[in-house]
Amino acid sequence: MSESAAAHPLAAPSAHRASPALHHQFEELQQQYDASTFGMWVFLATEIMFFGGIFTAYIIYRSLYYSGFVAGSHGLEGDFGAAMTFILLASSFTMAMSVHAAREGKRVMLIILLLATILLGIVFLGIKFTEYSHKWHEQMVPGLNFHPSVEELRGAPGTAVELFMCFYFFMTGLHALHMIIGIGLLSVMTTLAWRGKIKRDNYDKIEVSGLYWHFVDIIWIYLFPLLYLIGGRYK
Amino acid sequence: MSEQTPSVRTYTFVFAALLILAALTTGIAYIDLGPFNTVAALAIAFIKMCLVGLFFMELRYARGLTRIVVLAGFFWLALIVSFTLADVFSRSWIKSPGP
Repeated sequence: MSESAAAHPLAAPSAHRASPALHHQFEELQQQYDASTFGMWVFLATEIMFFGGIFTAYIIYRSLYYSGFVAGSHGLEGDFGAAMTFILLASSFTMAMSVHAAREGKRVMLIILLLATILLGIVFLGIKFTEYSHKWHEQMVPGLNFHPSVEELRGAPGTAVELFMCFYFFMTGLHALHMIIGIGLLSVMTTLAWRGKIKRDNYDKIEVSGLYWHFVDIIWIYLFPLLYLIGGRYK
Repeated sequence: MSEQTPSVRTYTFVFAALLILAALTTGIAYIDLGPFNTVAALAIAFIKMCLVGLFFMELRYARGLTRIVVLAGFFWLALIVSFTLADVFSRSWIKSPGP
């Protein structure tokens, strides 16, 4: 790409001397940074479509089996849903602050904020696990253990409520899987930061991990109203 | 590395706004507004998504290329949703010949 480099093969581009963080295929750090974030955004675009298919299915089946979806939504614990929402939003904040700390080159701050993000993610998964175990004891797990009481069905057909619970477990399960992957990713980033491998000229790793984490937060921003709230909790 | 990046102040304001919106959407769900409940829940979710996307994910400061990728993702999502719904909800319009 660089004409000067092609014309003078022995003359290394100045950017290569400027930073050891620059990979050989890139001209300059800004280009490397742009390529990293672009790659992650393309991946996230495929993730939008991945989750989009499930959301579409949810919309259709909700309209076809409305009473079952309302009854199922009422059966979920709204306090848990709200608590998980606040925790995940807080983790997104600490993640955004992590990127900021990395950009400023503050190593200790970066490590603390990454650990806070991981901790909040683990608390989220803990609440999710508690909720799943409650569902198991209420016998509301489709296929494996589904024997809801008359009260839980609220006059809706059992199969329709079961369908809602299928969506509940599949959507939240897939989201939880993304959380687990995110926690793994951030653990690697924390280790790198601990070893002093994250510098001001290669913090794009943190930036890209942050994009993934915020995306998972956005999925929950939609799951919370769709699963917990949309049936109306006032009845 | 970008020319312009959000400040700690911006992050804090966005976080506060997100918490208020989360409390609001939870509160609204306990009030009977009829079909407006669904509209309010999804509208608040959309605003929260925009806040996270624009500030935490820094789309506000991103290049055109990044924005095009994001818009492409949502365009395809719109295709999935609209074409599938158009199929499912228009099936009853045509009476199929009975047996």
